[in-house]
Amino acid sequence: MNPVNYLYLAALLFTIGATGVLIRRNAIVLFMCVELMLNACNLAFVAFSRMHGNLDGQIIAFFTMVVAAAEVVVGLAIIVSLFRSRHSASVDDASLMKL
Amino acid sequence: MSFPLLTATAVLPAVGAIATAAVPAARRTAAKWLALLVSVATLVLAAVVLVRFEPGGDRYQLTESHSWIKDFGVRYELGVDGIAVALIALTALLIPFVILAGWHDADPQETGSSRWRPTQGFFALILGVEAMVIISFEATDVFLFYIFFEAMLIPMYFLIGGFGDRAHSGSDENAAAQRSYAAVKFLLYNLVGGLIMLAAVIGLYVVAGNFSLQEIAAARANGSLHMATSTERWLFLGFFFAFAVKAPLWPLHTWLPNAMGEATAPVAVLITAVVDKVGTFAMLRFCLQLFPEASKWATPVILVLALISIVYGALLAVGQRDIKRLVAYASISHFGFIVLGIFAMTSQGQSGATLYMVNHGISTAALMLVAGFLISRRGSRLIADYGGVQKVAPVLAGTFLIGGLATLSLPGLAPFVSEFLVLVGTFSRYPVIGIIATFGIVLAALYTLVLYQRTMTGPVKPEVSALPDLRVRELAVVVPLIAALIFLGVYPKPVTDLVNPAVKQTLSDVHKKDPKPAVEAAK
Amino acid sequence: MENLIALLVAAPLLGAAVLLCGGRRLDRVGHLLGTLLSAASFVIGVLLFTDMLGKSADDRTFTQHLFSWIPVEGFQADVSFQLDQLSMTFVLLISGVGTLIHIYSIGYMEHDERRRRFFGYLNLFLAAMLLLVLADNYLLLYVGWEGVGLASYLLIGFWQHKPSAATAAKKAFLVNRVGDMGLSIAIMLMFTTFGTFAFAPVLKAAEEHQGGGATLTGIALMLLLAACGKSAQVPLQSWLGDAMEGPTPVSALIHAATMVTAGVYLIVRSGAVFNASPDAQLVVVIVGSVTLLFGAIVGCAKDDIKKALAGSTMSQIGYMVLAAGLGPIGYVFAIMHLVTHGFFKAGLFLGAGSVMHGMNDEVDMRKYGALRKYMPVTFVTFGLGYLAIIGFPGLSGFFSKDKIIEAAFAKGGTEGWILGSVALLGAAITAYYMTRVMIMTFFGEKRWQPDAEGHEPHPHESPKSMTIPMIVLAFGSVFAGGFFSIGDRFLHWLEPVTEHSHGNAPISATTVTAATMVVLVIGVVLAYLQYGRRPVPVAAPRGSLLTRAARRDLLQDDFNHVVLVRGGEHLTRSLVYVDHTLVDGVVNGTAASVGGLSGRLRKLQNGYARSYAVSMFGGAALIVAATLLMRAV
Repeated sequence: MNPVNYLYLAALLFTIGATGVLIRRNAIVLFMCVELMLNACNLAFVAFSRMHGNLDGQIIAFFTMVVAAAEVVVGLAIIVSLFRSRHSASVDDASLMKL
Repeated sequence: MSFPLLTATAVLPAVGAIATAAVPAARRTAAKWLALLVSVATLVLAAVVLVRFEPGGDRYQLTESHSWIKDFGVRYELGVDGIAVALIALTALLIPFVILAGWHDADPQETGSSRWRPTQGFFALILGVEAMVIISFEATDVFLFYIFFEAMLIPMYFLIGGFGDRAHSGSDENAAAQRSYAAVKFLLYNLVGGLIMLAAVIGLYVVAGNFSLQEIAAARANGSLHMATSTERWLFLGFFFAFAVKAPLWPLHTWLPNAMGEATAPVAVLITAVVDKVGTFAMLRFCLQLFPEASKWATPVILVLALISIVYGALLAVGQRDIKRLVAYASISHFGFIVLGIFAMTSQGQSGATLYMVNHGISTAALMLVAGFLISRRGSRLIADYGGVQKVAPVLAGTFLIGGLATLSLPGLAPFVSEFLVLVGTFSRYPVIGIIATFGIVLAALYTLVLYQRTMTGPVKPEVSALPDLRVRELAVVVPLIAALIFLGVYPKPVTDLVNPAVKQTLSDVHKKDPKPAVEAAK
Repeated sequence: MENLIALLVAAPLLGAAVLLCGGRRLDRVGHLLGTLLSAASFVIGVLLFTDMLGKSADDRTFTQHLFSWIPVEGFQADVSFQLDQLSMTFVLLISGVGTLIHIYSIGYMEHDERRRRFFGYLNLFLAAMLLLVLADNYLLLYVGWEGVGLASYLLIGFWQHKPSAATAAKKAFLVNRVGDMGLSIAIMLMFTTFGTFAFAPVLKAAEEHQGGGATLTGIALMLLLAACGKSAQVPLQSWLGDAMEGPTPVSALIHAATMVTAGVYLIVRSGAVFNASPDAQLVVVIVGSVTLLFGAIVGCAKDDIKKALAGSTMSQIGYMVLAAGLGPIGYVFAIMHLVTHGFFKAGLFLGAGSVMHGMNDEVDMRKYGALRKYMPVTFVTFGLGYLAIIGFPGLSGFFSKDKIIEAAFAKGGTEGWILGSVALLGAAITAYYMTRVMIMTFFGEKRWQPDAEGHEPHPHESPKSMTIPMIVLAFGSVFAGGFFSIGDRFLHWLEPVTEHSHGNAPISATTVTAATMVVLVIGVVLAYLQYGRRPVPVAAPRGSLLTRAARRDLLQDDFNHVVLVRGGEHLTRSLVYVDHTLVDGVVNGTAASVGGLSGRLRKLQNGYARSYAVSMFGGAALIVAATLLMRAV
């Protein structure tokens, strides 16, 4: 299959994720959308790696996964503490740069 | 290495400021006495500088030079010429009187409550300003000068904004808002001027490669440093703008009436008699020496601005209803004379301008401080609230009149000498401008005498009928100032001897010679 | 001997300093100290005078250099004195009349609680006036010139609690400042032309017509402007009438005998400059003759005795200026009239003061009348002064005024005829208004009434301290002119300084004298017919248009008020507005627009993570688009 199609898929996923970040309010959904965008990037990296015939893209994809895992930990912690103090997971409730 | 006298003169008040600020909250009086003591000690040091300085000798004397920021060629370089010595002496002379006159201005209004220490702060800030002004007069490194030129804004800002005149002008309920407006306006005007100067300072470094006034001036004189005409003009404008804001020259003057009106009288004296002098001094020292050709290029415009300042300031003074704002506008008129004298580029004009700086400092101090005593008694700055004061407080009225007469340049008092020199110096090169400037003396008589008539003469108003006359502390402020006015009016030779050689060198920097009398020129 | 010159100035200056700084402790002796120091100055003057008389005519200029005043590159101003015959004349007049008026004031100001200060001011005036006439350069003269202006300001406004006095004082100072501007420009012109402003070199250069005619005319006209201010000549005369708000001894000393004549001194002193510029001289004689008629007309209409005398002073100084404008024909006579006028006008003012002293300070002549019975000494001394001023044969004014009229004719040509006729006309009007004053005050029926508080005035003769100076001055009014004129003493005395030439009179001196006598009689008779034959109404009649205009100083004040005061008020008010709205407004406007912009920008920071994300995506999209665009191009 033509690897360019993977790139189209990555762009589609990224757009879905970005749209989700922009229009959803629930922090968890937001979070998932961010993950979606990250994975879209990963997909693109791997596709590029295949297209150019070297391993750089795949290595970067692993890095991204590690960073994403760390991000999940920190992000979920923030969401949980936000939920605890505000009793809601809406990001609009946290517009004041403080808890 | 000899004793660093100039550094000591500036460091002493700075140390004094820190010490004063550190005095415990309860010991307010001790802080006052400490500040007074330090200012008197500074006066003694300034007197030593005056004695050690030899008028006929080298251009810059008592020099000190140390490397400071090597990468940028910034040096800690101090040196004084006759003009600087005269102004340092003026500054050191006025500060003790400012402190003495403001003795009660910063007493906390309700006792006990506050954790901060207004009295200590007030006197520490005054000493801080003194230190910075003195070092600005001494610095011969452009960057060093710039730093203190800007840094003195900080204490001045707090002095204006934090210690306003408790007597506000009647109709205004929100004195605090007025005051902070004045302080912010003062700061913004001077900051804008300062920033433009900073750009010019950097530009100068790019062109010249160092910041040393003496080196650059020497290189310009012997031709080893060439500046393109347009470069020189832009740099000149950058410097001049900052000094014209500080001086202040029309149309950059509007911060002065606000600042002087809202500040206490001693702080107003500090602004107009001390801090503003840095502006006119710097025109003489930096603009003319670093950019002689551009100075000549800009002369016509500057002379016209100065002329407008003279007439405009005087006319506005006539129209004021507030005593302190009136004095502020009178000062604008006088600064016009000073700038006129500097840029007339004759020895009479520049000697006169330097003398004018000294005399204006003393005469405005006398007038403003007496006005302050008057205002603090009645609690109003409006001229209309007074009348017949001479009947109840003759000494106050008499000293006020002498201060006023000095402001209108009555012969026999010091300002006459300088004003006449400026006029003659201007007239000999630009007769028309000289004649128009002469109208200033009629207007000066108008605003001074109208002020005196409305406040001091006529029937005694009931509100002023119980005003006490001057107290001993107040007399101790006013009498020496008046004595100085009379002495310098009758015998200005000590100052002119000091100033003449420096003026001669400045004129040779700009390659200007005095015009010859018409009779000699015809031969 | 020459070293005494400085003492002439120093003595009264010391008095002023001590009396003004001394405080209440000196209240008891202040007036004596002031008088003593003034007398000391007179005695020194007499000593110097006798010394001077002992020398030959060419050797009579004394100089004394005190110190270098303003030494600046190319500019030399010294404090040094020059005493020649001209200055000597003034020194004796100033210190002599000054001392008499000090003595008079002891009595006149007896009940004033601020008498010490009054004497301090008087001493200050003497010092400044003596400095003025003793200076050897124009700048030092300028110091004295403004110094007397200051003293005049302080003394006119001595009763500062009266708003009218304070206003009059301010007005006098301001109008004088306009004149001072002229002097200051003249000095600047001298400096740029000759490189100096000391008398000797400037006058020498002017004699040689150096510097060009236009410049010399400029200097002369500027000096004339100064003289107009100080000597109350048209167009700067408006302050003198108001200056009568001051205590009467002040009017006598400053506004009659000495200070107001400083303008004449200045013109005569600068004779060489004026000689070199016929145009300027023409202006001088025009100013002189206009003022001489102006003052006389005003004098005719005033009911206030002091203001009538002030009009007369203006007119008499007009004579002096006229004479001075005639050039070497007239200089000597200008000064001679100045001296005799100093005697009789001071005497007249002191007489007026004495009348007021007895009449509860009433100044309206319509409320006097028949006072000769109550105040015999005042009547006689005032009467002698009256005869002197109208030029009664044999008295002082006769000699000096006659000479001026003669000199005016001697100018020659049409100009001479016009000037001579004006001077004659002035003499007639002088006779008229002085007779009017005399009759309304001392003759007729008594017309005084109780004042508002019901105090009936009790006219009485003044104390000795007041009458003795009046008697001495009356002697001067009677004999000075004759003493000066017999054998042309005064002429020979002054000639070395001022030069003298005879001119070519179209009519003989006898004819002039006869004509003068005729117009004098006409003036007196007219006044007698109007005021002596009929009772004087207590309320002033409406009067003709000219009378009403003359009562208002020929509308000069109204003109000043409308044009200068109103115009100035509007100008300053609109400038204050402009400064606030325009000059300040530009800056405040800039500040406001920066503030507004930042307010709008602040709205972007709303705290919603989403909107930050949008801007981030938007930015990224922009960068990508830009990159692609660059690639494509």
